[in-house]
Amino acid sequence: MTAPAAAAAPMTNGDGSHSFMVELSAFSGPLDLLLTLIRDEQVDIYDIPIARVAEQFLLRIRTLELNEAADYLEMAARLLRIKAQMLLPRGDEALWEDPRAELVRRLLEYQQMREVVDVLERRGEERRNQFSRTFLPFQAEPPQAPLAMSLSELLAAVDRVLRTVRQPALHEVVPRSVDVLGAMALIRSVLALRAQILWTELVERGAEPWQVLSTLLGLLEMAKAGELRVVQPRPFANVEISRDIAGQAA
Amino acid sequence: MTSLAKLLEAALFASARPIPTEELATLDKEASPAALLAALDEMREHYDIEGHGVELVEIGGGWQILTRAEYTEAIERAQLAARPQRLSAAALETLAIIAYRQPIGRVEIEEIRGVNVGSVLKSLHERGLIDVTGRGEGLGRPLLYGTTPLFLEHFALRHLEELPRGDELAIALRQRESEVTPTEGA
Repeated sequence: MTAPAAAAAPMTNGDGSHSFMVELSAFSGPLDLLLTLIRDEQVDIYDIPIARVAEQFLLRIRTLELNEAADYLEMAARLLRIKAQMLLPRGDEALWEDPRAELVRRLLEYQQMREVVDVLERRGEERRNQFSRTFLPFQAEPPQAPLAMSLSELLAAVDRVLRTVRQPALHEVVPRSVDVLGAMALIRSVLALRAQILWTELVERGAEPWQVLSTLLGLLEMAKAGELRVVQPRPFANVEISRDIAGQAA
Repeated sequence: MTSLAKLLEAALFASARPIPTEELATLDKEASPAALLAALDEMREHYDIEGHGVELVEIGGGWQILTRAEYTEAIERAQLAARPQRLSAAALETLAIIAYRQPIGRVEIEEIRGVNVGSVLKSLHERGLIDVTGRGEGLGRPLLYGTTPLFLEHFALRHLEELPRGDELAIALRQRESEVTPTEGA
């Protein structure tokens, strides 16, 4: 997994939503970089020469242009603090606490996790090389098991549901039947006066849906009966309605 | 093959996901658990010895018929099926931590990995490899994550216990060993 530092192949993160992907530089984090340094320098993980490693770390994050990554900067700061602590006089040797202890613990923990990653990677690759029957695009939900509940359980459930409902939102629906015959009569009377009329003239601005619908249905009904002609010169253009049925031959 | 083995074969063929043994048992109420396992064994041997292009594998807490690895290249070249994308290093690291420490919150994962894992968690969740298993104590009751059955399938694991135990790993963490063993169940 630890590819050379300059690996070009980008490892995608699934969503790619991160503006800055440390992943691209082949290190999956500051601990990964630190472990690589320790391995490269061939030093004992339990006795890290912190000054040297810190220096290397800073150098690498500069050359990798990772310095905007906060995670790396945090680790750099941590290393420098440990370096400073190491310089302090130790006093009583028995009471001295190694300032590197926490870092070593994290590194070991991280390394252990990386071993698991290796296992997962190997197993995942094995499975990747075998195909299963593919998923159907439309997966029908398997039928639910028959409901098994007692009457009291059912009533309790109803009660629970009803209690969550606060004020039932009631709307009064006023029945407005579509008046096709009325619309047809209207169109007829208009066409009696004018040879041609536009759709926008028939349906006035602010007309209610039922009025629009009535006019449309009436119009279609009359066109079917041959009483009038409906023409739309261009897509989305105004519809012209005329009583000139003789021109139909055109 | 016996009729029970044939019945199981038909059921496994019809399913896109591994079928747990208990579910296979519902196919034939008469069959004893021992007979069921014998039939599965028979099917596996049948595939192996007669030489089939598929094999029977125990995976993700169940049984599944999979194509043999040697035919993968040819199938993919003919564009009949495509191998899924490999997971990124970040995704694998995050999964490894979740598998061993579940249920675990985002902050603890970030402590171990040393980086922000928000977007990785999101994409793993979208891929169905992890799920929210609960909420932790403490500030903001953080979401806790665990692996899913699909995780086992993805890594050809029968169950979580198949992952190496903490003390089997080359570096055993003396003081935190007990925390790193796989948790029970999926």
